[in-house]
Amino acid sequence: MSAVAANFDHERVAGGGAEHVGRQHSRRRQMLLHALTLSLSLFAMFPFIWTVASSLKTPSELVLFPPPLFPYAPQWGNYLELWSVVPFGRWLWNSLVFTLVGTLGSVVSATLVAYSFARFKYPGRDVFFMITLATIMLPVEITIIPQYILFFNIGWIDTLLPLIVPQWLGGGAFNIFLIRQFIMALPRDLDEAALVDGASYLQTLWYVLLPLCVPALATAAIITAIANWDAFLGPFIFLNTKDNLVLAVGIREFQSVGAATGGAVVGGLRRDHLLMAAATLMTLPVILLFFACQRYFVRGAVMSGIKG
Amino acid sequence: MARQVGIAAAFSSLGPPGSRARREAIAGYVFLLPWAIGFTLFVAGPLVASAVLSFTAFDVARPPRFIGLENYINAFTTDDRFIDSLKLTFFYAIVSVPLALFGSLMLAMLLNQRLRGTSFYRTFFFLPSLTPAVAVAILWTWLLQPDVGLFNYLLSLVGIQGPKWLGSTEWAMPSLIVIALWTGIGGNRMMIFLAGLQGVPQELYDAADMDGAGTLQRFRHITLPMISPTMFFNLVLGVIAALKVFTVAFIATQGGPAFSTWFITLHIWSQAFKYLEMGYASALAWLFTLILLVLTAVQFKVAKRWVYYEGEDAR
Repeated sequence: MSAVAANFDHERVAGGGAEHVGRQHSRRRQMLLHALTLSLSLFAMFPFIWTVASSLKTPSELVLFPPPLFPYAPQWGNYLELWSVVPFGRWLWNSLVFTLVGTLGSVVSATLVAYSFARFKYPGRDVFFMITLATIMLPVEITIIPQYILFFNIGWIDTLLPLIVPQWLGGGAFNIFLIRQFIMALPRDLDEAALVDGASYLQTLWYVLLPLCVPALATAAIITAIANWDAFLGPFIFLNTKDNLVLAVGIREFQSVGAATGGAVVGGLRRDHLLMAAATLMTLPVILLFFACQRYFVRGAVMSGIKG
Repeated sequence: MARQVGIAAAFSSLGPPGSRARREAIAGYVFLLPWAIGFTLFVAGPLVASAVLSFTAFDVARPPRFIGLENYINAFTTDDRFIDSLKLTFFYAIVSVPLALFGSLMLAMLLNQRLRGTSFYRTFFFLPSLTPAVAVAILWTWLLQPDVGLFNYLLSLVGIQGPKWLGSTEWAMPSLIVIALWTGIGGNRMMIFLAGLQGVPQELYDAADMDGAGTLQRFRHITLPMISPTMFFNLVLGVIAALKVFTVAFIATQGGPAFSTWFITLHIWSQAFKYLEMGYASALAWLFTLILLVLTAVQFKVAKRWVYYEGEDAR
């Protein structure tokens, strides 16, 4: 499968394709393909557009039938209302801490472990590595009950610790795998030279290998950050006070507000516009991250495919 | 004492004191330490603990009471939800995974046409897969809202009175599958297929053209076999992910209506954290894990028959 990675050339996808001019593409075929791709893109994007548009409508506009595509006058105030109705700022802060501190720990820890797997010889190494990979398969359900009991007994329930600390201890099988593969592809002479010059292992890792691993580290960081930001089940089980929730769990508050009154109507007003605004705010950072780091997403996809 | 002897023995097997090999091994273990601690505390320990708990009745308030195989027997006899939830979960996976793989492959083939603006399209095809699961559930609940939702509005334009979608026993499962396809078609899956497609040597296609093969034949006899490793990779991960489905269903339907979307993960969650039947939930979790393991092993076994690795027959 490494051949696949070697052949993958993202510039080529991006449009060039001079070698294909030879093959005859009729203009009509091109047009048809464009029409098809464009309509598929629209189909993929429409739920977003609809959500953003809905988040800017007034509550009474939301129940109009037929529904207007765009709000009569965009209600930017909906986004401010979020902050006053629920502890939105707290949730955002908690989500950010969980995402950033967790991701940092995950990448640091995975790098150390990957270095161990990639560059050192010791009894049991390959077995440990296989075990690491096997953990990808495990469903959370199998470990979460004992974890809950453990965290309950050490007083970590309703804090971010159960979500963050495990990431500092191991960093996740996928990240370990990703970084290990990357280090293994670097010539060994690099670290040999540093070690002969008297550098310690840690110095070799930090000054010689890490600067070369930046693409792998960035990919691991992005994938982990998104997973943390999205995580629902863990936060849902480990957090319970309203102020301590993260966005993914907190957003449900709007839903239950609606459900409690049997029809998403509170005090004569629907709260769905807030639900839409919250969903938009939760999705926005991920989309921005994607635009900022597209090539790392692509690389991550391809690198994860290598092990197939 | 015994432990010290064990460690000393282990170290002496690494080579003479002060040797390069020995220093390297010790350093290797030191770098492995974060993983070893985390794995022991948060994976291996819990695995053993839940195995032990699965043979007990445990409701958190009182200490666990050993009851032998009762939990496992109950799962298949008195629990009328367990088997049903497995059936629903499998149905969901069997329908959604092949469709998501097929759709992603089609998108990858479209992107592989090297149309102008491909990077643009790629972005559009990537975003649904990146949407947080909670947001996905909210967004689609709104689109499928029975009274003022966009779907039923569009249906009303052609004179169809739309169903209650997520609120109907008949349509809740198909709705969840449609949602799964919106997030599951494109994204990483598509990129992995695209990498696979670009790894197919052009000579093969040229040779096929010379032999006068049509588009479908080229796809069937060249593209499919050549990308079968990619297909296998996406299939294995896709099946595992689909069987673990939780968040979208939990938010969009809460397993309902009338348990029509009561997936196995929802069942385990409710036994553990709603009814505090932690022993029973552990037994269910173990059964679920074993099913995942066996299923993955079977897929690897069957893969030998249909996955083609280039260069394998040359050896």
